[in-house]
Amino acid sequence: MHLPDAEQLLADLAEKIRPDVTKNTVLVGIYTGGVWLAERLHQILELTLPLGALDVSFYRDDFGQIGLHPQVKPSNIPFEVEGRHIILIDDVLYTGRTIRAATNELFDYGRPASIRLAALVDRGGRELPIAANYVGATIVLLEDKMLALEQSNNGKLSLSLYDKIPPG
Amino acid sequence: MNNNPQLNKNGELQHLLTTEGLPASILLNILDTAESFVGVTARDIKKVPLLRGKSIFNLFFEPSTRTRTTFEIAAKRLSADVVNLNIAASSQSKGETLLDTVNNLSAMHADMFVVRHSQSGAAHLIARHVRPEIHVINAGDGRHAHPTQALLDMFTIRRYKRNFRNLRVAIVGDILHSRVARSQIHALTTLGVPEVRIIAPKTLLPAKVERLGVHVYHDMAQGLKDVDVLLMLRLQNERMLGACLPSSEEYFKHYGLTQEKLALAKQDSIVLHPGPMNRGIEIDSAVADGKQSVILPQVTFGIAVRMAVMTILAGN
Amino acid sequence: MRILIKNGRVIDPQNGMDAINDVFIIAGKIVAIGAEPDCFQANHVINAKGLVVCPGLVDLSVRLREPGLEYKATLESEMRAAVAGGITSLACPPDTDPPLDEPGLVEMLKHRAKSLNQAHVYPIGALTQGLKGERLTEMAELYDAGCVAFSQSDKLLLDTRVMMRAMQYASTFGFSVWLRPEDVSLANSGVAHDGEVATRLGLPAIPVCAETIALSNIVLIARETGAKVHLCRVSSAEGVAMLRAARQQGLPITCDVAANYIHLTEMDINFFDSNCHLVPPLRGLSDRDALRAGLMDGTIDAVCSDHAPVDEDAKLLPFGESEAGATGLELLLSLILKWAEEMKIPLIVALSKITSGPARILGVKAGHLSLGTAADLCIFDPDQYWKVEAKTLVSQGKNTPFLGMELQGRVKYTLADGIIVYED
Repeated sequence: MHLPDAEQLLADLAEKIRPDVTKNTVLVGIYTGGVWLAERLHQILELTLPLGALDVSFYRDDFGQIGLHPQVKPSNIPFEVEGRHIILIDDVLYTGRTIRAATNELFDYGRPASIRLAALVDRGGRELPIAANYVGATIVLLEDKMLALEQSNNGKLSLSLYDKIPPG
Repeated sequence: MNNNPQLNKNGELQHLLTTEGLPASILLNILDTAESFVGVTARDIKKVPLLRGKSIFNLFFEPSTRTRTTFEIAAKRLSADVVNLNIAASSQSKGETLLDTVNNLSAMHADMFVVRHSQSGAAHLIARHVRPEIHVINAGDGRHAHPTQALLDMFTIRRYKRNFRNLRVAIVGDILHSRVARSQIHALTTLGVPEVRIIAPKTLLPAKVERLGVHVYHDMAQGLKDVDVLLMLRLQNERMLGACLPSSEEYFKHYGLTQEKLALAKQDSIVLHPGPMNRGIEIDSAVADGKQSVILPQVTFGIAVRMAVMTILAGN
Repeated sequence: MRILIKNGRVIDPQNGMDAINDVFIIAGKIVAIGAEPDCFQANHVINAKGLVVCPGLVDLSVRLREPGLEYKATLESEMRAAVAGGITSLACPPDTDPPLDEPGLVEMLKHRAKSLNQAHVYPIGALTQGLKGERLTEMAELYDAGCVAFSQSDKLLLDTRVMMRAMQYASTFGFSVWLRPEDVSLANSGVAHDGEVATRLGLPAIPVCAETIALSNIVLIARETGAKVHLCRVSSAEGVAMLRAARQQGLPITCDVAANYIHLTEMDINFFDSNCHLVPPLRGLSDRDALRAGLMDGTIDAVCSDHAPVDEDAKLLPFGESEAGATGLELLLSLILKWAEEMKIPLIVALSKITSGPARILGVKAGHLSLGTAADLCIFDPDQYWKVEAKTLVSQGKNTPFLGMELQGRVKYTLADGIIVYED
């Protein structure tokens, strides 16, 4: 399967977001791919306000089945969420459950004025009524495949495909 | 019996009974997870929904307001339901056995027991007899172990000192009767602290204690030289009655932490105490309230560490 | 009743026999070993091919729990357990409820035991009234009622002067005093040996000097008074060494060790296994090895089971709160065989520790297969394995550190006074 070039998608995504950027725009990336993207977008879009990073492990809906994710990282929201317009950044939008968890977590920090979602790739397969406002590319994948964003040592981003590991 | 009663067949933590026999990876996982919970406790909304719908029973056969309160706060911050049982007052006096009490409570769909008991081995006994889905956390059993206290002490040390592998740590006080000291010793040696010292008079040291991997000192001035971390232990009044010590005054003179004695340790050394403190007996106020004391942060970290332990157990 | 035990390996330590022989029993007595007596017609033949035939075992410490402690065990259950273990003579300590300090109680116990027609029971009388360690018992009366010796069991004497007077008084009549060497104040509320395990587990500990200081007192008083002393359950290397020195000085002191201690150490406590909560405590490896050495060189004369059945509830408690003791009647033989196997000790030597050795200490006619004596025999399969489980144990006490383990050596028949009182 031929995967698109992540760097190109990032550039495309940035241009889609640019018309809506104001000096009050804040980005919040979801660990780990979303944070890499948010860092790059922060640069490309020349934003001034600090970046937020969310680890959604404590808000996931599968804790009862698979327990706590290893390597939980502390979330860091270095600004007031109250009254903010936030753009949430994630690498791959799939079932929508991660976004649900991220939204719940953000609301525990305060009441935002709005949350919009930017995803590098939308692969369909939604299980919740969630949609992205900005998308780099839409790809159709088989159910047994997982798409992941990777970052090389020099910071270059790329997409890779791997088989889903069956549970148990 | 060779299998570790704390681990399930996948090598994951099923119960937290003692720091002894747990691999460094499990201890570090608890510390790393606790890091995230510190952030949660600093927000306005201090709750996360992780343990929503779970019931955590505090079984305190030995009274303790402090420890029980921190476990209660930790559980509630995970959105769990908490039931507090002060057993000393009720069923034990009616002659109900320890295991009968536990079985009755298990039938009330408990997910987790936090147990404190005056007898060493009580938590192990309970863990051996509960249904497989129930997790047991030892909140202190006799002289044997107090693993969450040791873990929060390790967390505190890591916060201020980063790397365990180049530290000199001293534990001062009544090692013989201390479950905190035993748990600290196992955690420190497992995490790779190269030099663990214990400082106490002979009457407060257990037999063959060097076998736990510690260096024994009877002279505090010698023992504190160039130390990075001081772990002070509480002295109980009963020690005078048991002919272990003549008086708290003489104890303070030789084993109490004062500014002068602290100056023998490294300049940037930190002082910990599990609390509650006996000011003027094991530690003087100037040190307890001084800039090297991290006793108050210990309390905050204690909540985050206990949240981490509960989360990890519930998720296994 | 004429019984022929055919083709067994007859081992009789006292008479130095270890050979394949037939044993002939008439009217409850051994009439011949080896050559068939004239006109012998057997009513019953036991095929002992591949089995060992030895004297019925003699156990120096068996708690029958009657009178008074019937919720732990009864005379019926424990006497059946004894013969299941190949034991035909046993001594029971005075720590019943009430303690055996009245001739009436002793007579009743003997009577009850005799009517069961199993092992011979030799009660040990209380040394002091109520075992309180203050006033002496009527030892002469108790002796007439059937007590073979006097003891404090586990209610150790606080007062050295009382110990001295008791031993002097006993010595007047030539009675034997059995004492467990442990100093009360040093043992304090300890539950485990003062070593690495107690340190790790945070258990209150009993130092070795609790045994050696008490042992030293007993030895010195024995020398003063000339009393015959038997030391019960020595547990430490230093204790054995002191005993060896005392014996070399010619003092009439004998000693036993409980079977668990020749195998187990403090390490077996593991994660607070209350089945290993024993009195005295299980000590270190070097102590265990010294006990084994003491048995080999004769410093320790006998091995007993120290049978103490404990009800399940009393063991399902945190270690320090649990009741000490282990069931032992049915494991005594297997544990001796295990020791013999591990240390490459000839069977005739090993068996002497549970036959002739203890019989000599008790001062009774038992523990040997001499012609004309009562036919008390144990016939066992030295190679058969059996699993120590609650359902296989006959004793009401299922509390043993060996629970769940497989042991070698299975009693097939036990005969007391020429009657088969147990058959596997």
